[in-house]
Amino acid sequence: MVQRAMTEAATLSLDGVCKHYGDDVLAVDHFTQRFEPSSYVCLLGPSGCGKTSTLRMIAGHEDISSGEIRLRDRTLNRLPPAKRGTAMMFQSYALFPHLSVLDNVGFGLRMRGIDKSERDKRAMALLDLVDMTHLSARRPQQLSGGQQQRVALARALVTEPDVLLLDEPLSALDPFLRIRMRAELRRLQQESGITFVHVTHSQDEALALADRVVLMNAARIEQAGTAQELFDHPRTEFVARFMGGHNVMPLGDNVIAVRTDRMRLGDSTGADDARVEQVEYLGRTVEVSVRRPDGALLTASLEDSRFSQRPWNVGDLAAVSWKESDVRQLEVTHPQ
Amino acid sequence: MSASIDTPAAAGRPAAAVPGKRPRGRLSENLLGWLLATPFVAVLAVFLLLPIALIFVVSFWETSAYSYGPAFILDNYGYLLTSSVTLSVYVKTLMFTALTWAITLLIGFTVAWFLAFHVRSLGVQISLFLLCTIPFWTSNIIRMISWIPFLGRNGIANSVLLDLGVIDAPLEWLLFSDFAVILAFVHLYTLFMIVPIFNTMMRIDRSLIEAARDAGASGFQVLRHVVLPLTLPGIMIGSIFVVTLVMGDFITVRFMSGGQSASVGRTIANEIALLQYPAASANAVILLVTVLLMVGVLMRFVDIRKEL
Repeated sequence: MVQRAMTEAATLSLDGVCKHYGDDVLAVDHFTQRFEPSSYVCLLGPSGCGKTSTLRMIAGHEDISSGEIRLRDRTLNRLPPAKRGTAMMFQSYALFPHLSVLDNVGFGLRMRGIDKSERDKRAMALLDLVDMTHLSARRPQQLSGGQQQRVALARALVTEPDVLLLDEPLSALDPFLRIRMRAELRRLQQESGITFVHVTHSQDEALALADRVVLMNAARIEQAGTAQELFDHPRTEFVARFMGGHNVMPLGDNVIAVRTDRMRLGDSTGADDARVEQVEYLGRTVEVSVRRPDGALLTASLEDSRFSQRPWNVGDLAAVSWKESDVRQLEVTHPQ
Repeated sequence: MSASIDTPAAAGRPAAAVPGKRPRGRLSENLLGWLLATPFVAVLAVFLLLPIALIFVVSFWETSAYSYGPAFILDNYGYLLTSSVTLSVYVKTLMFTALTWAITLLIGFTVAWFLAFHVRSLGVQISLFLLCTIPFWTSNIIRMISWIPFLGRNGIANSVLLDLGVIDAPLEWLLFSDFAVILAFVHLYTLFMIVPIFNTMMRIDRSLIEAARDAGASGFQVLRHVVLPLTLPGIMIGSIFVVTLVMGDFITVRFMSGGQSASVGRTIANEIALLQYPAASANAVILLVTVLLMVGVLMRFVDIRKEL
């Protein structure tokens, strides 16, 4: 892979970017973010939150209703996809069924009029990077899902983009392969020094991969930060619920979140204690769900060893507690 | 065929899950497959294979001035294959076919491309597509005859051109000419090109177009390197329709050329009119072989089973 000279930083920035469909659908509402050069960014959110629209606007496959997208101090708004310095990897991979793996990877070079021997050489170098040289003569439909994804990656990288845009790249793979390809993506990003913008609805994926997570909800950015920030310091109720692993509960006029692995269960001290409703063994941890007298359902995630010392059964009474330092105050997410 | 019948039958029969009983179940499923195929095979045998076999047999019969009867002679073929008329008629028919094919392909591809890729809303797409089929609500003959008042010596086309001062005298070649024949063919058969091409184009994954754009392909490059190769099966199916229809036609050539042009179909029709059944049969067999060869060549470009 060609290591890029960092003289001019390939910073991608979006400023107040909006996307309207028709008059009344607002898919993306004033998206403002700066993505550092060679970072791995995940656009995270439930389906319909506007993350894919945002990605497609960066790629140039969707018009920008208002706002500005810049890369290397150039405005991308009106540029065609191939002139932006971005490359997109499509959700279904979109490999050309009538072309061999080698010709698929070399397609972008062919469109630029680069002659066959040169483009085959460069395509082979990229196939080598994703460990697919031995299948270069195959057609895409003769490959497995994981192999197709590697080819799609090689094809996107062949034009040496500054930013690689990935639309739900792992969603078509089975769970085992997903975890393997996840590591592969991270390795490729670090080796190439290209900024990856990866759209996903899986918080696991975002936590495992991203230098920076941008969590979207209902066309807006709900919270952006490092994976640790989003998981450990959720700003709103939506973030805490979406990232998971939190008990969200009302406290007076406020709403607070406490991580399930910071919950403690103690022997019952009185009748106003919570009652165990469900015990789920997950291997390393055991999730014990308890119902408080006020109706709130809380989950305590206990280490396997801790649970063995003091097992809980459905119907037991338990005193639930947590440290003050583990409490996170949340902004209430108002329905829009 | 049998595979599509196997599946529901197996699903409906729990005994198939018992390993030991499997072979007997298979056998009856195969039998069921054959039984289900029988009516269709019977229809094809009676209405397709039998007539062709009869034509083949009759093509070896003998004729005299006033009668024909069973025999096994090769005279019919001998005359056909040595006559210079046969050659010129075939050349003419192939010329009609080639020109009609080229023009219907050009129009068909363009219309299908427009419908499939430039009309965004499905509603408009369907209504425009139905619009293309409206001429087919009337019969072939009516559609053909309606050209006559338009193209005739004092027809609409000539009078408009005269009034506009584009020409001084009526154009003679508009009607009863090869031009008129090809015009009618194109009018009659373009839809047979549009439908299969449109069908294959609609099945092209739109993200492929975006991927090509992303890789820097211009509009023409997308057409040349993505849409055209992926539409090839539809083009071939449309070509088979148009080629077989034009090769076998006799009525369009007679009406639109005013009897001045010949085609293989017209030759056969004339021979039948003169009760020269053996000669007509021999002619039909040669035509059938020719068309089958042409279709065979076209089929080499496309796996038709995959497309249907």
